[in-house]
Amino acid sequence: MAEIHFTSHLRNLVPDGPIAAPGLTVGEALENLVAGQPHMRGYVLDDQGRLRKHVCIFADGERLAHDGALSHRIGPDTKLYVMQALSGG
Amino acid sequence: MSDRLLVATRKGLFRLERKRAGWTADLIGFVGNPVTNALRQDDGVIFAALKLGHFGPKLHRSDDDGRTWREIAAPAFAADTPGEPSLFQIWSLEGGGPHHPNRLWIGAIPAGLFRSDDRGESWQLMDALWNVPERTRWFGGGYDDAGIHSISPDPRDPDRTFVAISCGGVWETRDDGATWTVLGKGLFAPYVPPEQAEDSAIQDPHRVSRCAAAPDVMWMQHHAGIYRSADAGAHWTRLSLPCDDFGFAVAAHPRDAQTAWFVPAIKDEIRMPRDGALCVSRTRDGGKTWQIMREGLPQRDAYDLIYRHGFDVDASGSRLAMGSTTGALWTSDDGGERWELVNAHLPPIYAVSFV
Repeated sequence: MAEIHFTSHLRNLVPDGPIAAPGLTVGEALENLVAGQPHMRGYVLDDQGRLRKHVCIFADGERLAHDGALSHRIGPDTKLYVMQALSGG
Repeated sequence: MSDRLLVATRKGLFRLERKRAGWTADLIGFVGNPVTNALRQDDGVIFAALKLGHFGPKLHRSDDDGRTWREIAAPAFAADTPGEPSLFQIWSLEGGGPHHPNRLWIGAIPAGLFRSDDRGESWQLMDALWNVPERTRWFGGGYDDAGIHSISPDPRDPDRTFVAISCGGVWETRDDGATWTVLGKGLFAPYVPPEQAEDSAIQDPHRVSRCAAAPDVMWMQHHAGIYRSADAGAHWTRLSLPCDDFGFAVAAHPRDAQTAWFVPAIKDEIRMPRDGALCVSRTRDGGKTWQIMREGLPQRDAYDLIYRHGFDVDASGSRLAMGSTTGALWTSDDGGERWELVNAHLPPIYAVSFV
């Protein structure tokens, strides 16, 4: 399963350390991770399930373009980072 | 007169309290985070709306008058909402009036009106307002999307609520949200082609304030002028002032239907006090004559702008407070005749309310 790390700015919402989540794409992995945690979902995704404008995703060290980030395919060993984009301040 | 203010700013929520030696300012929540508005209810419950730069709008509640906070669910647009909107900002927060003690209203950008009847535990979009055919003509005023900044339950009628939308005109429901009607005859919009200037659905009220004791009387700071209604928003009369009639804020005297305050700025493209001199305009005769009040306000090199929710009058009608987008806050104890600078170094101020 993909390993998801979160920005320390979300430390109040997520436990320390990476979280494993299944999924064939970034979007699936995130949805599986936040299943049953609507508060948490709203920090990363907007009301329509789109990646928030000033949240960026890194997959195995590559910063994903915002538009295609959720549909980016991932493998069982993918390391994802969910970070705040500095464009948001 | 009220001695306490809640001040929502770009960097947190402050409580200001008037003590013997003067006003104190305490940061009571959300250090470093934008608080777009706050609402304190009589039992000390406070709701605070945040707009996190990365993680979106959030809503928090304190049950102990600001000592501790817990996050509650912010309103959200459902996935099948026409237009696929997503909540950008909680702009206005109001109680439900005397008939609905557990009710809260949220006005949002995009212009969704959300209602809770369980003091914020759950929210419902007023679909009937979102789905009015006129919404296709709404547009943003200073933002990408239209937004609801003024919400006013009618104190006489539990089913009647008024809202104002930038830029989407003024609306009311008389059946507790089942249907909505556009109001606003008499409003004029010079920022659209002339043949559309009187279209009610594209008007840009910046802020509307209702007289609590005379609920048919409302005052409006519009994008292009100042107006007064004597029939709860159905018809509006443009008022003539001896000073700039552009601005963002307005406050109606809670008991005197002839009195209201505005904060003048040079119109439109400029949006700053004329000649670097801040003033407050007041009428006490329904808009026929005006006082321009400057005592205690900076009269040179001052570029403060008082934004939509940055002006409040307390229940007595005598004490006023205004906070600027550059972080200065003033109060007056005599209906605006004289002002006192409380603090010139707060973060940019979004909303001010006496509590």
